[in-house]
Amino acid sequence: MSSVSEDPDSGIPPAEVPDLPPPHAHGWWSRWVFSQDAKYIALQYSGTAIAIGMVALVLSWLIRMQLGFPGVFDFISAEAYYQFITMHGMIMVVYLLTAIFLGGFGNYLIPLMVGARDMVFPFVNMLSFWMYFAAVVVLVASFFAPGGPTGAGWTLYPPQAILSGTPGGTGWGIVLMLVSLILFIIGFTMGGLNYAVTVLQARTRGMTLMRMPLTVWGIFTATVMALLAFPALFVAAVMMLFDRLLGTSFFMPALVEMGQQLSYGGGSPIVFQHLFWFFGHPEVYIVALPAFGIVSDLIAVHARKNIFGYRMMVWAIVIIGALSFIVWAHHMYVSGMHPYFGFFFATTTLIIAVPTALKVYNWILTLWRGDIHLTLPMLFALGFIVTFLNGGLTGLFLGNVVVDVPLSDTMFVVAHFHMVMGVAPIMVIFGAIYHWFPLISGRMLSHRLGLIHFWVTFIGAYAIFFPMHYVGLVGVPRRYPDISASFVPDSVATLNAFISVAALTVGAAQILFLFNFAWSLRYGRKAEPNPWRAASLEWQTPEMPPRHGNWGKELPVVYRWAYEYSVPGASRDFIAQDDPGHPASWSHVP
Amino acid sequence: MSIVLGFVALVAVVALTWLWKQGVADRPWLETGAVTRIPSPGGQPTGRAGLGIFLIVAGGLFALSGSAVSMRMGYADWFEMRLPGVIWIGLALLVLSSLALQAASFAARRGDARGLARWLGAGTVAMTGFLMAQGLAWVRLAESGQSLAATPGASFFYLISGLHVLHVLGGLAALARVGARQGRGPAEAATAIGLCAIYWHFLLIVWIAMLAILTGWAADAAALCRAILS
Amino acid sequence: MIVAASLVLIVLFSVGFHLFSPWWWTPIASNWGYIDTTLVITFWITGAVFVAVVLFMAWCVFRYRHKPGRVAHYEPESRKLEIWLIALTALGVAAMLAPGLVVWKRFITVPDDATEIEVVAQQWYWSYRLPGVDGRLGSSGTEWIDFDNPLGINPHDRFGADDVVIDSGDLHLPLGQPVRVNLRSVDVLHDFYVPEFRAKMDMVPGMVTYFWFTPTRTGEFEVLCAELCGVGHGVMRGYVSIDEPEDFDSWLGEQVTFAGLPAGGAVRVAETAEESDP
Repeated sequence: MSSVSEDPDSGIPPAEVPDLPPPHAHGWWSRWVFSQDAKYIALQYSGTAIAIGMVALVLSWLIRMQLGFPGVFDFISAEAYYQFITMHGMIMVVYLLTAIFLGGFGNYLIPLMVGARDMVFPFVNMLSFWMYFAAVVVLVASFFAPGGPTGAGWTLYPPQAILSGTPGGTGWGIVLMLVSLILFIIGFTMGGLNYAVTVLQARTRGMTLMRMPLTVWGIFTATVMALLAFPALFVAAVMMLFDRLLGTSFFMPALVEMGQQLSYGGGSPIVFQHLFWFFGHPEVYIVALPAFGIVSDLIAVHARKNIFGYRMMVWAIVIIGALSFIVWAHHMYVSGMHPYFGFFFATTTLIIAVPTALKVYNWILTLWRGDIHLTLPMLFALGFIVTFLNGGLTGLFLGNVVVDVPLSDTMFVVAHFHMVMGVAPIMVIFGAIYHWFPLISGRMLSHRLGLIHFWVTFIGAYAIFFPMHYVGLVGVPRRYPDISASFVPDSVATLNAFISVAALTVGAAQILFLFNFAWSLRYGRKAEPNPWRAASLEWQTPEMPPRHGNWGKELPVVYRWAYEYSVPGASRDFIAQDDPGHPASWSHVP
Repeated sequence: MSIVLGFVALVAVVALTWLWKQGVADRPWLETGAVTRIPSPGGQPTGRAGLGIFLIVAGGLFALSGSAVSMRMGYADWFEMRLPGVIWIGLALLVLSSLALQAASFAARRGDARGLARWLGAGTVAMTGFLMAQGLAWVRLAESGQSLAATPGASFFYLISGLHVLHVLGGLAALARVGARQGRGPAEAATAIGLCAIYWHFLLIVWIAMLAILTGWAADAAALCRAILS
Repeated sequence: MIVAASLVLIVLFSVGFHLFSPWWWTPIASNWGYIDTTLVITFWITGAVFVAVVLFMAWCVFRYRHKPGRVAHYEPESRKLEIWLIALTALGVAAMLAPGLVVWKRFITVPDDATEIEVVAQQWYWSYRLPGVDGRLGSSGTEWIDFDNPLGINPHDRFGADDVVIDSGDLHLPLGQPVRVNLRSVDVLHDFYVPEFRAKMDMVPGMVTYFWFTPTRTGEFEVLCAELCGVGHGVMRGYVSIDEPEDFDSWLGEQVTFAGLPAGGAVRVAETAEESDP
């Protein structure tokens, strides 16, 4: 495959395009607002995502206040409750997690990890952020529109989503939500173009695909998936807007609403579900794959050991990405679709468990016989493994079609997806922030505050969502503001109150984190260059934090893979990717 | 959902083949040192790759629309659309526009500045003609009782042709930008014009595919193939 | 040390919670005990994996924590180990999937001796229709819905004349009789959910969906809606009573038929089953 030369300067082919400097900012606006520097855009994405995520966090407190203490908070009506859960879900999945992993971590880390100066289309990259920002503004506007935001559930199923029995259905709420999603998708296509083409075309010399850190593999695969999956949501959103505003019947069958025959007819709500979940299932892997990649790097660095089975990890990421496009209808087992589909999708869903399980084994095998430093990034990585394992295993219940029948639309589903999509990726986000904060700011986050933050978040989140599975097992449905029913024992109400208290406690711990972040930006201990002694390229810039253009006068040349940790015979317990070492030590495949 | 699944399968095959060729089966810890093979990873031209990725996204969008139509066509109340004749004039104009852009691309590669300007102009005129034909088609459809909300076929026709027109407008905007810059010399513009030509061909192929699906021709062809094979 | 201990505690807490908490599924009232069995198999397999993996993790964190002088072992991959792990996982997955698919086949195959009923859902209450003496449900559609004909039964279809109509009341079913539950919605998606029956399915406006079950014990069971259908979703409740066959018959005799409603008066009522043969 590749041929490796023994002399560092002979015969390495030059890059095919000249090394041009990235666009330079000329004034205040092009420096601080319309910056085309991917590092700055990354911070814009992350800041916006965290800000809107805080809104969703507060909504989750309101939801838990209602579920834990029903009847106490009069202002939480049924309408309000449905608006809370809808906005909470949509913001968290799309506007926080997707934006921060791809737009935030992707923009900052991809150019640095592959040895590029910036993204390949910086102007389009800048536009992509402002489209995202516009999408967030439109979404927030729906809170203030007459009738309030939509309460159709984050899945926005028709026909109810555009009818009068649902908050925002015949008003502005659903329209603004759909417009916001359309803007988001256009923006994300622009960003995705950048991430994908940068990884494909702008890697520095010597950076083969298999020398890239798994963080890049995860974000790259997720980007490709997003480019294929988001159009499905786009088409569904446009069609639903047409149904709502122009009277078409893409999704609307003939129906009688509150005694009134409506003028719709012939449409199919199930077609919406197919389109939505064709997007929706890859979407959860679009969130998970960057998390997988990042956590692999966190573990490798902080256990001073190469990630175990790098090749399999790469293949697993790619295979999971590909398979995720043929499992979508496991969200539709009880939708009324043709029953034979159940056999197919249950099989593919349980097959996808195999590469995913392999990744879990490899993370733990990386810990095995390692040199484990229990730093905050490592702690959050461990927390990720536990919660992802738990959430992934409960997915096996729901993926098995007939077991899903009693469990679907109960709190079991809510517990599953929060554990695997909420808690686990958030663990990675925190771990990643503690890990890369020195790179971005030149300072370290407070370890003591971080410890409190970690333990409260990890144990607290587990205490919220693990028992919730059993609430679902009892049979309590989801999306109910008041869960009392004849078959629900009173002890469930006590359990719900406990879960709510845990949720509010975990919420409070996040405020501690925000304080740590803000305080450490100014007063945190100054970090030495490459404080974690990592081998990957982003830590090898001439300055930390990296300046505009990242690499100074010359782009780095890469001589080895990203995981040279504890190499026998080496003088240090890591060797940087751009360290040529001694040519005599070079090896090649015969 | 078979249309979009076929599309995704195609993309997957291309992607997995490419990954294989890039050495995804290599063991990187066994290969330290400078990489000398050609093409080297590092600093590759970006225009083609960027366009290719965008075509995958836009192709996916139309494949999904096609899937939605074919799912809807399976219902009992579907009936054939009566498409106005001006649609076919529009299609012809689209073909002419593609040919013109391809000729422009050849002219740019030859360094023929006058030919380039001529063919770019012709391509723009033909594409504008296509847009006008589409507009006329919408009016004619509405007049014949097939307005947007009137029949399921009409709803899909307006939706899909509308998405297509938006992509055409984007292409015209890009072409205008490239055309303005070609004053600097045809050689520099050659790559950009080449990319525009590829995009034009994509718009043509997509429109033919969408028409085939909307007129039911694709469904008939698929049924024929199934009959032949079984 | 603390970290390893916490991981062990998490395992102990989780297993203990599962074994000792009072929260478990409602006692089953239908023939779908197979679903419960598959669930239990899944709990065993996933539980074993969870315990094994987290305990191994805890041991690694303890045994290989950083101490001055510790050096990590260098091993980029072990093909053999990975293939073993893949094989084992595939086996575990197959062990859960196989029974699941067998039961699913049964779930979608309605037995020949099943009777039929229909549940009609709308925002936000349940209505029911049972076939009358002729054993067939008449056709229906939203175009027939009006104040006098709330379920939209086709007034020109004679099979509908003797259909028993329960408009927003409680359903009764006879014990031990397999029944195919046809599901219809008048407006939006709903889902007819009785936890004790285990089986459920969405109702989709514009189509008729179904599931089937056999009630296996008498009692009164609450019906909930399990697909978000607007602000009344949480209060869209009803009750299903499973009666002994004699009690069911007497309940049935008291119900109104479509012919008895103002909209159905024009349709000729079949006196006997033979008269209604086509």
